[in-house]
Amino acid sequence: MVKKELLKVTGLKQYFPIKGGLMGRTVNHVKAVDDISFTIHEGETVSIVGESGCGKSTTGRAILRLEEPTEGSVVFNGDELTTLSKREMRTHRKDLQIIFQDPYASINPRQTVADVLDEAMTIQKILPAKQRRKRIIELLETVGLNEYQADRYPHEFSGGQRQRIGIARALSVDPKLIICDEAVSALDVSIQAQVLNLLEELQEEFNLTYLFISHDLGVVRHISDRVIVMYLGKIVEIGDKYSIFENAKHPYTKALLSAIPVPDPKAVKKHIVLKGDVPSPIDPPAGCRFHTRCPFAQDKCKVDVPELIVHEGMREGHQAACHFVEEIENGTLQAAEFEETFFG
Amino acid sequence: MTKFIIRRLLQTIPVLIGVSILVFSLMYLIPGDPAQMIAGEAASPQTVEQIREKLGLNEPPPKQYLKYMSNIIQGDLGNSIRSGRPVADEIKARFWVTVELSFYATILAVFIGLIAGIVSAVKHYTWSDVTIMIVALFGLSMPNFWFGLMLIQWFAIGSWMPDWMPQMRASGWGDDWKQVILPVVTLGTGGAAIIARMTRASMLEVVGQDYIRTARAKGMGERVVIYRHALKNALIPVITVVGLEFGGFLGGAVLTETIFAINGMGRLTIDAIRTRDFPIVQGTVLIISFLFVFVNLLVDISYRLLNKRIDLN
Amino acid sequence: METDLLKVEDLRTSFYTDEGEVKAVDGVSFILPKGKTLGIVGESGSGKSITALSILNLLASNGKIVGGEINFKGKNLLSFSDKEMREIRGNAISMIFQEPMTSLNPVFTVGQQISESIIKHQKLSKKEANIRSIELLKLVGIPSPDKRVKQYPYELSGGMRQRVMIAIALACNPEMLIADEPTTALDVTIQAQILGLIRGLQTRFGMSVIMITHDLGVVAETCDFVAVMYAGQVVEYSDIFTLFEEPKHPYTIGLMNSLPRHDVEIEKLEPIRGNVPNPKEMPTGCRFSPRCPAATDLCRREMPELLKDDDGNDVRCWIYSEKWEGEAEVTVYGEKRIAKGHGSETILSD
Repeated sequence: MVKKELLKVTGLKQYFPIKGGLMGRTVNHVKAVDDISFTIHEGETVSIVGESGCGKSTTGRAILRLEEPTEGSVVFNGDELTTLSKREMRTHRKDLQIIFQDPYASINPRQTVADVLDEAMTIQKILPAKQRRKRIIELLETVGLNEYQADRYPHEFSGGQRQRIGIARALSVDPKLIICDEAVSALDVSIQAQVLNLLEELQEEFNLTYLFISHDLGVVRHISDRVIVMYLGKIVEIGDKYSIFENAKHPYTKALLSAIPVPDPKAVKKHIVLKGDVPSPIDPPAGCRFHTRCPFAQDKCKVDVPELIVHEGMREGHQAACHFVEEIENGTLQAAEFEETFFG
Repeated sequence: MTKFIIRRLLQTIPVLIGVSILVFSLMYLIPGDPAQMIAGEAASPQTVEQIREKLGLNEPPPKQYLKYMSNIIQGDLGNSIRSGRPVADEIKARFWVTVELSFYATILAVFIGLIAGIVSAVKHYTWSDVTIMIVALFGLSMPNFWFGLMLIQWFAIGSWMPDWMPQMRASGWGDDWKQVILPVVTLGTGGAAIIARMTRASMLEVVGQDYIRTARAKGMGERVVIYRHALKNALIPVITVVGLEFGGFLGGAVLTETIFAINGMGRLTIDAIRTRDFPIVQGTVLIISFLFVFVNLLVDISYRLLNKRIDLN
Repeated sequence: METDLLKVEDLRTSFYTDEGEVKAVDGVSFILPKGKTLGIVGESGSGKSITALSILNLLASNGKIVGGEINFKGKNLLSFSDKEMREIRGNAISMIFQEPMTSLNPVFTVGQQISESIIKHQKLSKKEANIRSIELLKLVGIPSPDKRVKQYPYELSGGMRQRVMIAIALACNPEMLIADEPTTALDVTIQAQILGLIRGLQTRFGMSVIMITHDLGVVAETCDFVAVMYAGQVVEYSDIFTLFEEPKHPYTIGLMNSLPRHDVEIEKLEPIRGNVPNPKEMPTGCRFSPRCPAATDLCRREMPELLKDDDGNDVRCWIYSEKWEGEAEVTVYGEKRIAKGHGSETILSD
């Protein structure tokens, strides 16, 4: 079955100018997102993972044009979003919703939950005013809140409940795609599991598509169909969940996965401890951006930018941006300063 | 840093030009013909015309402004209408009096304000905190002309006058240092109140910071925590206020000098306004404004030197 | 016992707010043997950080330790004077915090901040302290330490700042290090660096560590013993292997069943129902009873004690007491108990 392409991002760039010099001219750019392309099909969950500063949140914001992208195309459901006028974009926002890490920051504290949902529906002209109350109650029940909570204010809710309100608000306009920007990151594990289950149930019920942005690889493995790994504004690896978590090819993905502590004291783990910090996105390293921390880096990596392609031994749709995938796999290229630590 | 200072210096240029345009326009904003005013009500039309010609008032305003500016740059602020002496000389004679008064007032404000603010913050929510803050509120709310008059009433004329307090003299500001006390207190009280409140707020914020907890976790005593770790951070915003206060005192000195009959720039300005001596008014306003801009510049630079967290970008 | 470096017994800490007393810590007991790492794990509001701050008495001014004992090398720290406590802090017991970005004083250089404790506790001169600071920076893996020592915190990244915090903590060769969520604010590759560093230093210097965290992965990788906290109390205390193989308290089991993992495929997460109780209105009886699938009237009525077994493992749950009636339930629970965490069926769904 060929799935319908819902979102197609091509050559997306997001540069933020840095002002400086005597006259406050733009002296340089933060290259937060630098030429990335990917596709999301209807009904699937695609995650973007990476560490802080990799550009994952910026990507989400650029798709919604919360920040105007510098370059590139974003085609949603057949329409090019980047060239739409502000007003046209507003009508498209009905189909594209976003849930943030801190729902409290995006909810007006003086509005009751019912007001919040009502406003969202009014802006998108979803239902005649009379029928909205009924819909609000329905929505609250859908996200696991009660009718009597409709007229309460956001501060009366716990973090998990507020995130449910954020989800209800996103759902209120019947969106096709929901971007979850670290939506469960601030929640405690027991509450996080509740919200993750809710998101999965809703996806099934309303045929939703998720773009899930997170730094938590446990959460990502649980919720995603496909995963995009970003490093310093670039996609380093993309593939289905199995490929990324069980058959990662890019040295960065491998290092990232090996760095996560495993909640099992008996697991004997080989940690690949990367040296140093992520370089600044203002002047990212030339060639492969990961070469400054990569244990396999060669001279070629310092010069040539690797392309995101399918290498030998990779499934269809699994791509990695590394010059030496084959050499690393068959062992002809050895890690230089592999710091290995054994725990457990 | 040098880059920042240069940029900040360049930024003052438009401000200074703006100020000078405003000051220059004063002449036109005030109802009536300046030449007529200078000549006096009884003067003949010919005299008025002569004066107008002499002052260049017949020329278009932009040209007049340019001439005014070129004179200023050469140190010529015009001549006083009343005394006929150059404005620059009139101001020079009084400039340091005002600066001195403001300087002492600033020292007083900083001294009292800091101590009161720190005590208030450290003894947060105790009676000493509440007392200090109530006193500060009074200090802030009192108009300083009224406070000055009250001080004169109590200490200089009234029965409370201590033996060592000199009798007020019409000339004021003599060689006797004790004469400085009342004017400085009058001028500095409001500033002390502001600095006290600012220091308290800033200290309370800093004391709640993580690095204060770190200092305690290292085993540092309360004294070190407060005076070394907290105060140095808390002072950064206070510095700004101190600078602004000093600038404010220069302007605020007008009333104080008048009340205490001190021959400073403030009094000169008031007298000039009373006698419609426009060149003097222009001159003093210009000088005080320039001084204010300059003080602000110093504040900005010192703020940056102190606060290393602010990056150029 | 000689081997117990720290023994906390029935610690209770309260905060006094406008709305009355908040019992943030209300019954915390655990043992930290010498040279070992104890994890204190719990979700937000469980009181784990307050427990850590209580040990060094670094509570905010409205907080007060109202009961219990904190025995460090056999001496109750709660009986120490302020001056005696200052001799302990940063010297015998050091602490590092969650937020490396804000935990260093922005107006002092890195060197000044490390030297300060050395000068105070070890009575070295300024110059000697500076040399020692450079050594410490080198020890915690900071490149070109002789340059870094003169830098201000804003010139360092988050990971570097946490290394500096560790250098400060190590300055006086402490016997015990309290690490309060030391890696929560850091990226995962940096977290791996910092955890590796702490682990390495611990082995090298024989330090004992209290690791406070919400992350069961961090616990599994770094700790020898674990105290699980819920709503201000220790609900389970055991060695690391027992905890992960045979979790006893329904909360511990629920926590493990809620955890999505990157290394194993899990079909369905089994969350704990409901929310953490408001500390101002704690439930009567067992504090977990409103969320516990196994709760009975007894649980809702009476608070269970921390029960101790012969192996030194503690659990605060009626199921393991003699008072528990209805054998069937116990058996069911017991059976499922071995169904550790993920991938297997659990009894904790309603």
